[in-house]
Amino acid sequence: MTPVPFQLTRDPHGRLLLTAPDGSEHAGVQPVRAFPLAAPAEGIALMGTDGHELAWIDHLDDLPDVTRKLIEAELASREFMPEIHRLRQVSTFATPSTWAVETDRGETRFILKGEEDIRRLGAAALLISDSHGVQYLIRDLSRLDKTSRRLLDRFM
Amino acid sequence: MIRTPPPLPGAAADAAAAWQAALGAQLASGEPVVATLEPDLDARLAFAAGRLVLTDRRLLAWSAGDAGWADWPLRPGLSLQHHDHAGVGTLELHDTSSRLASWRFTLAHNGAALRLADRFAAELAAHLSGQPVPASDETLCPTCGTPLPPDQTECLLCSRELHEAPSTWTLFRLWRFAGPYRGQLLAGFLLTLAATGATLVPPYLTMPLMDKVLIPYQNGQPIDTGVVALLLAGLLASALLAWGLGWARTYILARVSERIGADLRTTTYEHLLQLSLEYFGGKRTGDLMARIGSETDRICVFLSLHLLDFATDVLMIGMTAAILFSINPALALVTLLPLPFIAWMIHLVRDRLRTGFEKIDRVWSEVTNVLADTIPGIRVVKAFAQEQREAQRFREANRHNLAVNDRLNKTWSLFSPTVTLLTEVGLLVVWAFGIWQIAHDQITVGVLTAFLAYISRFYSRLDSMSRIVSVTQKAAAGTKRIFDILDHVSSVPEPARPTHLDRVQGRIEIRDASFRYGNRGVIRGLNLDIQPGEMIGLVGHSGSGKSTLVNLICRFYDLSEGAIRLDGTDIRSLPVAEYRRHIGLVLQEPFLFFGTIAENIAYGRPDASRTEIVAAARAAHAHEFILRLPQGYDSLVGERGQGLSGGERQRISIARALLIDPRILILDEATSSVDTETEKEIQKALDNLVRGRTTIAIAHRLSTLRQADRLVVMDRGRIVEVGNHDDLMAREGHYYRLYQAQARNVDTDLDELPTASAEAKPPMPK
Repeated sequence: MTPVPFQLTRDPHGRLLLTAPDGSEHAGVQPVRAFPLAAPAEGIALMGTDGHELAWIDHLDDLPDVTRKLIEAELASREFMPEIHRLRQVSTFATPSTWAVETDRGETRFILKGEEDIRRLGAAALLISDSHGVQYLIRDLSRLDKTSRRLLDRFM
Repeated sequence: MIRTPPPLPGAAADAAAAWQAALGAQLASGEPVVATLEPDLDARLAFAAGRLVLTDRRLLAWSAGDAGWADWPLRPGLSLQHHDHAGVGTLELHDTSSRLASWRFTLAHNGAALRLADRFAAELAAHLSGQPVPASDETLCPTCGTPLPPDQTECLLCSRELHEAPSTWTLFRLWRFAGPYRGQLLAGFLLTLAATGATLVPPYLTMPLMDKVLIPYQNGQPIDTGVVALLLAGLLASALLAWGLGWARTYILARVSERIGADLRTTTYEHLLQLSLEYFGGKRTGDLMARIGSETDRICVFLSLHLLDFATDVLMIGMTAAILFSINPALALVTLLPLPFIAWMIHLVRDRLRTGFEKIDRVWSEVTNVLADTIPGIRVVKAFAQEQREAQRFREANRHNLAVNDRLNKTWSLFSPTVTLLTEVGLLVVWAFGIWQIAHDQITVGVLTAFLAYISRFYSRLDSMSRIVSVTQKAAAGTKRIFDILDHVSSVPEPARPTHLDRVQGRIEIRDASFRYGNRGVIRGLNLDIQPGEMIGLVGHSGSGKSTLVNLICRFYDLSEGAIRLDGTDIRSLPVAEYRRHIGLVLQEPFLFFGTIAENIAYGRPDASRTEIVAAARAAHAHEFILRLPQGYDSLVGERGQGLSGGERQRISIARALLIDPRILILDEATSSVDTETEKEIQKALDNLVRGRTTIAIAHRLSTLRQADRLVVMDRGRIVEVGNHDDLMAREGHYYRLYQAQARNVDTDLDELPTASAEAKPPMPK
């Protein structure tokens, strides 16, 4: 574990406060993953409110526990990519189609605007964007149950 | 538009009723609810129902799992902050020292959240000052709460979010295109009926031929030549009749179906052209080309060939059945026995085949997409020596295509032999039953011969009819893909009750404009007034939203929230084409269509006279170089033909904009792709163009915006500074820094500066 050249704390407004080695303070720092899908734990940038990069972290594991937990908590409150575990029902096989799904964040339904909103990520994973731009992840197509796969198959 | 949170199973409905009741008890008498929001995510971003209610004196909140309502009375120092990121919106309640609470929601509720935040600020100010919140005279949309434009009862935001799925009986929707040819279709149908009837005569004539001529002869009686001649003449006549009628029928119906196919193609293309840039941004060229080209062709072949055959077959089966029953009901019954089995089999396979063919279509466009990606980018492919990789990509797509086809063929190949087998078994049954009946003297040999002649036709038709399953499914899949385009409502819809502007002055007002591309906010809460005839220079880093703003003003996209008005009228209530006629657009990469220079200049006004074209070219400083070309204004440009330099192409596109004499002019990096010398030439042309028009110019090189009345500096979707060059330099803010950076290195593009923004502008098809 290498010491990091900055201090990270949370202020009463719930914002992350970064203290740089030169003593300057930046409030409202936002951690951003560089490879949110391919390598979520690698390459985290801390961005200031003006959109400039303040610090770069090669790997989350390089960080001291306290700092890592702060960053992970902040990421968790901002990252929204529900993972679909099961397709319960689709309203129609033509698009736009309303899908009722079970995700790791509870049950919901969304509207799929077109087949092109289903994007393949590598061999087994799919990324589905709904009509409001929320992205749903299917991590492993082969691990879905048969009904879900059959429903999904009609769109691919 | 979905506003209420998705209905959750089980106790959720009861819970909803419970908090509605709880709210009633919470409110003091005379405490009005002024704004509400239904956050649908909890702090860990799991889906959970919630409720946020603003009254004139406090903010109340409830979320799933809470026992009761929490409330925060309005007091000095409170603020409600809104932001959104990656599909999640957040409202945070702060006081001066800390954060008190936060609520999260998907962007479906973003509009409601923004209004709640605005209203919160207004109520807080009213609460502190004692002055009531000024009543708004704007009518609000009952569904989403957005202010409605005057004289409109339909909300411009809601109406574009129609999410009704098209019906699955897509093939019947082709009737819309068949309607105009009703008469010819009816004639075709009658001819089919007659032709089919004619083909059924010959087997009938085999009966007397057998019973009255051949069998008596075997029993020792002489052949009656008169009867034979009559019967043979009947056979020849029916064959000739069937030939003539068949020809007329096929010709008429093929003609009609070809026309239906052509109508379908043009209608689809016309509709496609009406769709917004958003649609083209999300589709791939290869896929769209395949849909309009090959899918319409497939539908046409289906109509002219397969559907026609099928109709004939059905008629033939019906007529044959009638004839068979009239000859001998018992034998007819046995003959027709296998029919339900085959029908059942056809039904069984239908579903599998349909999904299979849809899949094949999609895989097929995957293959064409690889081509459409690679061929235009062939220079890049070769420069980076990636031919192998691209070949591999194509092979991969092809392999996928094979795999899908193989899977389908497994089902499909089993299908036809089974039908043949059933046919043979059916014939066997008829033979057996027929021989038994002859043995019992119930029928003559002639009847059995006629039956066999009929049903061998009959079954052979059933076999070919089974093919209709697959072609119908293919055609239905194609029709669906065509109607996918036709059903797509442009996200830049034509207004239901359009307003017309007689004379356009060119005053543009942008109010609280926000635009999201996917889940990324590109323009946020932007306000700008542009006076008639004023020249505005848009300045900012790349990705600051300049081009998006210009696209919004051109109405290539519609705003997510807010409004843009031309002379006080919302541009969404003007007919799109009429509105765009007032706009002249000069882009960084001028696009010249294949055709002559004169045609390209007159693109926006094909009726322009030659004098006008030359005048426009002169004003655009293009006249002289055009005359230097061997064929002058008749020189061919575009994909093939005369190579023109970037500056020359740009001046042609300026002439194009000049010719339509627009009130509003948009210059999107019009001079950034040429060298400084050419730029001066273009600048002179632009000066002519700009005069007296409302102009919005985007430029990398700040020096080219010197003559702008006002410079608008944008950063991350917001306006950060407005003023003229000297003001902004004196202010030493964003503009000053941009200018300094350029002054240090005259040829530095803004892109090469450290970018202030992580965002990029939405991809635009060129």
